[in-house]
Amino acid sequence: MLRYTLTRLTSLILSLVAASVVIFAAIEVLPGDPASVMLGVNAQEDTLAALRTELGLDQAPAERYVTWVSGMVHGDFGVSYTYRTPVAQMIVDRLQVSLPLALYALALTVLIAFPVGIWAASRRGSVADVSVMGLTQLGVAVPNFWFAMLMVLVFAINLQWFSAGGFAGWSEGPLLAIKSLTLPAIALALPQASILARVMRSALLDTLSEDFIRTARAKGLTRRQALWRHALRNAMIPVLTIIGMQFSFLLAGGIIIENVFYLPGLGRLIFQAISARDLIVVESVVMLLVFAVVMVNFLVELAYAFVDPRLRVRR
Amino acid sequence: MSEPSLSPAQTPSTLRIVLRSRSLILGLVLTLTFVAAALISFVWVPYDIATLDIANKIKGPSGAHWLGTDHYGRDIASMIMQGARTSIAVAVLAVGIGMLIGVPLGLWAAARRGSLLDEVIMRTNDLVFAFPSLLIAVMITSAFGPSATNAIIAIGIFNIPVFARLTRSSALSLWQRDYILAARVAGKGAARISWEHILPNITNMMIVQGTIQFSLGILAEAGLSYVGLGAQPPTPSWGRMLADSQTFISFAPHMALFPGLAILLTVLGLNLMGDGLRDLFDPKLRRGRT
Repeated sequence: MLRYTLTRLTSLILSLVAASVVIFAAIEVLPGDPASVMLGVNAQEDTLAALRTELGLDQAPAERYVTWVSGMVHGDFGVSYTYRTPVAQMIVDRLQVSLPLALYALALTVLIAFPVGIWAASRRGSVADVSVMGLTQLGVAVPNFWFAMLMVLVFAINLQWFSAGGFAGWSEGPLLAIKSLTLPAIALALPQASILARVMRSALLDTLSEDFIRTARAKGLTRRQALWRHALRNAMIPVLTIIGMQFSFLLAGGIIIENVFYLPGLGRLIFQAISARDLIVVESVVMLLVFAVVMVNFLVELAYAFVDPRLRVRR
Repeated sequence: MSEPSLSPAQTPSTLRIVLRSRSLILGLVLTLTFVAAALISFVWVPYDIATLDIANKIKGPSGAHWLGTDHYGRDIASMIMQGARTSIAVAVLAVGIGMLIGVPLGLWAAARRGSLLDEVIMRTNDLVFAFPSLLIAVMITSAFGPSATNAIIAIGIFNIPVFARLTRSSALSLWQRDYILAARVAGKGAARISWEHILPNITNMMIVQGTIQFSLGILAEAGLSYVGLGAQPPTPSWGRMLADSQTFISFAPHMALFPGLAILLTVLGLNLMGDGLRDLFDPKLRRGRT
């Protein structure tokens, strides 16, 4: 187990280093002069020179990269050029919206997909199975931001159960905040729940056709008992893989959904930063999101080892 | 093919299987409808969307405008037809990038299984996989500004590891087969074996995956242009139509309804087609069905 964890940890660190190089190269090196990108074509020469000094552009790219990374390791993400506030503080503020939203959506995804997937698998081929799987086909195909707009139309404008957008903030009590994240979370969760339900169903069906299930059945277990006692745990590896990938889609997808509901999360921040050409903010937020994706994948791989003890010794 | 096949008397003809597969038929019909709409829009659309007709702005569906008009009085049906072009072009090119780079990389990695090269290719793939296409688009846009080309590149880059992984894993199992051994004994090199024996045997799988990535590409393009990272005005695109409609949704829901339905039906069609094709190509599943 320790060796497995160490190998995974090494590859985690290597991925993060590589990712930071890619992000730094794409945003700070590829476009040529970041200062002129940020200030636009009509910038005065002395303003440009001042910004170049502020960004440390007189240093070599490698030197700037090291400064950037070591800053981030110490929690210093630089200072936003447009807002003149530390990027770290902005990110912490925005995460109070984006992280709960992603977790909320993930919880909904699992809460919908597990029962649906297990139910469909246990009634394979029945009318219920076929119609539920048909519904998930629709769920996979629906663009989540469009679904979000339709929900706003029905539940916010017509029925007035929810507000059409904005975030109540956590200071007013968690209930209000959770309420303002509910429609966005449903919009994010629906396509992912459809995908996960399909994966759950097919993973279960694959496992149910294996020899050890036949043995269990031969020993007198009903199909349902075999499913719950033996198949479910064995079907978890593909399901966990997908959940891990989905969390990163939920975090990144939140960027778009936050725009539908005018939520002050990382998504809004990143688009405001893009239109203001605030490269420092863009760079840090992208790095943070990639960090989250890589981190989640790492945790998923550790989770494999808990679910499937064979993996602990194999590597 | 080395797959054990049924005797001719038991094997239904391909056409019959296609006709029997409802999802394949429905998928084909939906997909072809939108491809046709895109193609027809090159020669004919109900209304010219370059001319604004403010007198008729935000009108619901009617005999004159089947799907209504938008806030500039433009015909929504015509815009959806032309938007189909953008969606299809972006998705096709993005899948093309993914395949043209991903498949050779996967073949190469499989041919040099276990080598440093294999390791490097696959670790790089993992790295690219950590960047959702939206983040790639964000990075490219912040450096070079928004455009449909950047959307294509962003979605295309995201597709590369998808194809590389699938190609490698399918190629690896093919390399174990006897006929590959025979080809090696006959003195063929890895590149020639990959080209002559591996590639033809994974084509079906690539078509199925290509269909799925195509549908994901349509969704991604819509999302990117919705947030302004995709096609720029005046190029019509479904995602931007939805973004435009948002302000008017309380009193003109038709402006949001139809472009969204266009995306939904196209993606649904492609997914059904992908499922249908997979059943068609996979003899194991075929036997289970018949």
